Amino acid sequence: MYGWTGKIIRVDLTNKSIKVEDLNMEYAKMYLGGRGLGSKYLCEEVDPKIDPLSPENKLIFMTGPLTGTYAACAGRFNVVAKAPLTGTIGAANSGGHFGPELKFAGYDGIIFEGKSDTPVYLHIYDDLIELKSAEHLWGKDVFETTDTLLKENEEDARVACIGPAGEKQVLFAAIMNDKDRAAGRSGLGAVMGSKNLKAVVVKGTKGINVADKSKFINSTIDARNKIKDNPVTGPGGGLPTYGTEVLVNILNEVHGLPTRNWQDSHFEHGDLISGEYMTENYLVRNKACFACSIGCGRVIKIPDGKYKGIVAGPEYEAGWSYGASCGVKDLNAIDKANHVCNLLGMDPITMGSTIACAMELYEKGYITKEDLGGKELKFGDADSIIEWTELTGYREGFGDIMALGSYRMAEKYGHPELSMSVKKQEMPAYDGRVLQGMGLEYATSNRGGCHVRGYLTSPEILGIPEKLDPFVTDEKASWLKTFQDLTAVVDSAGICLFTTFGIGLLEISEMLRTATGIDLTDEEILQAGERIWNLEKLFNLEAGFTKADDKLPDRLLKEPMPSGPAKGLVTQLDTMLKEYYQIRGWDEEGVPTDEKLKILAIE
Amino acid sequence: MSKGIVISPDKCTGCRTCELTCSFVKNDNFNPKDAAISVLFFDEVGLQVPMTCLQCDDAHCVKVCPVSALTKDENTGVVNYDSEKCIGCKMCVSACPFGNMTYSSRLKKVVKCDVCGGDPQCVKMCPSGALEYKELDSSLERRKNIASQFKEAFEEVAK
Repeated sequence: MYGWTGKIIRVDLTNKSIKVEDLNMEYAKMYLGGRGLGSKYLCEEVDPKIDPLSPENKLIFMTGPLTGTYAACAGRFNVVAKAPLTGTIGAANSGGHFGPELKFAGYDGIIFEGKSDTPVYLHIYDDLIELKSAEHLWGKDVFETTDTLLKENEEDARVACIGPAGEKQVLFAAIMNDKDRAAGRSGLGAVMGSKNLKAVVVKGTKGINVADKSKFINSTIDARNKIKDNPVTGPGGGLPTYGTEVLVNILNEVHGLPTRNWQDSHFEHGDLISGEYMTENYLVRNKACFACSIGCGRVIKIPDGKYKGIVAGPEYEAGWSYGASCGVKDLNAIDKANHVCNLLGMDPITMGSTIACAMELYEKGYITKEDLGGKELKFGDADSIIEWTELTGYREGFGDIMALGSYRMAEKYGHPELSMSVKKQEMPAYDGRVLQGMGLEYATSNRGGCHVRGYLTSPEILGIPEKLDPFVTDEKASWLKTFQDLTAVVDSAGICLFTTFGIGLLEISEMLRTATGIDLTDEEILQAGERIWNLEKLFNLEAGFTKADDKLPDRLLKEPMPSGPAKGLVTQLDTMLKEYYQIRGWDEEGVPTDEKLKILAIE
Repeated sequence: MSKGIVISPDKCTGCRTCELTCSFVKNDNFNPKDAAISVLFFDEVGLQVPMTCLQCDDAHCVKVCPVSALTKDENTGVVNYDSEKCIGCKMCVSACPFGNMTYSSRLKKVVKCDVCGGDPQCVKMCPSGALEYKELDSSLERRKNIASQFKEAFEEVAK
């Protein structure tokens, strides 16, 4: 077997039985791996109408055929399940070293079924696969859990686990691996918690073979060189130099940095939470995921004060949610809040956005000091972002309501329109009134408000692969379709989305072909991406989602941009959405036509 | 004059490209457990350190090898490994004071850095510049770097 290992582990948590089965190669050829392959298994085995936190849901860890190889940034794996936050199909992608280690142990993925009656964790060491008690780990945070498991098992194993937030089924709990990498969005940590599954520990000593060794190496060196030569990803470029936080100043300049729960679009203290500021004052070192030549991860040191410590620096979207969106200018507090998310195992985008939403609800008098247990919650208060993150992770006081995410919280107090979310998942860090294409992206993303399903920020702001005018709607639908399909390929291949600043379909296809030996053309590989997108859409339709859910918060549709070069604009969603459905080959209600499904060979 | 792999932990991002490269060059597949170099992580201080054979002058592994499978090349300074002679006794694994000698139960042999015959591929592929292959005699460059940090103090002294 080349690229893939050809084996998956199936764990029935209810009956504590473990089976190793052959990977369904028909699925693999059509859905590649990672997000696509995980989604295929989910769609075949899970009824989209189920309660995501019931034992009927399945939790699927899946790597891609390139994961663990020398391919550019090939450290990725995906977790797939029906998502508790949105009720859509949920897929979250993570880097670090866990995914490759699972491949080295000899498996492409793991499917967890049912629910254990007591807390357990799965331990894998090559052919040894066992469920062990996690009673002693329940309640422990992610770092302590990881350290304890490494001590109890192999010290050079890799751990993916949930923290207290996942145990308590916070609807946006993350699955954390290698301590500070996260399969962050969709609330898959809550699914893991609902199954009483605390962790997966894996050590592998088997290698991964590729089909055509010399051609594979040539294709990966070509890809790595292009990533090296790119001004965003190469040495001295924005990502290695400043991390993803480099985007703060860029978005702030065009007034596309949503501020105070999207009431403003420009943060007056943007420079204090920027990548440049973080690098100058706090950066210890870059930290890369497995096989990554970019190294956007940050290790930062807060030298003194009450937030003192060495932690992983926040990503742009996390820094934004706690920073601009909560009106907080204290980068140390933002770093600390982000670190608390890592410790408790939560998605900082939804967490920060939910606090920001609560701040607006409080500002407008819709929630009171009494509701908050005698506390205040004001935009700009640095300590409160940390305090409410902790209270939410442990579901204490009003934190128990924040644990439902901003939509359910705002709905409970009569103002769901103040939740800046799509399909109940919070949109990140890019104002859809400035970036019209990103607005369409949020509305059509199969996992709700999300920036990494078709990152049109790349052409609209960064000019990669070419510059598009962000304010206009022309051609955005067709660009988005291509980006969504290609992103599905990237997420399924097992490489990082950031590679696509430097490489495209041709390079990715060549790596896939030479690694696996599968004879697919570039067009067929992109079509696999389209197939994955349509399959996810079908899951959502069967789960009960309709065209009415492909929408944006009123703030983007009805409140014109308050300032900046796009002043006066709203997101022109109707125009773009109609065109988007047509380009996708879907009917006016956004349902894939029979003809389209036939072309894509989806039954 | 002899060349060696010089490690700069301050530059290492922990991507483990060196491990992948080594295992592929030596064994034709991707398996960091069979690489002669590995990256160690010290998260509490935010440090990643690549470790590989230091090609010791007075190499313990050479001394303990009962079948002379390990030999020191006096010209290049490299401790070479002959897998044909090796009997798999693992004495060298025990003897290496740095733990840089590993035994692969899969390959049934010792995994040992031979600097790829003078063109170490891990160095070539390292994306961050944490690995360099250079003359070891002259440490002037590093000395200069350190000294430059004390430049102002030296200026004071020189007054």
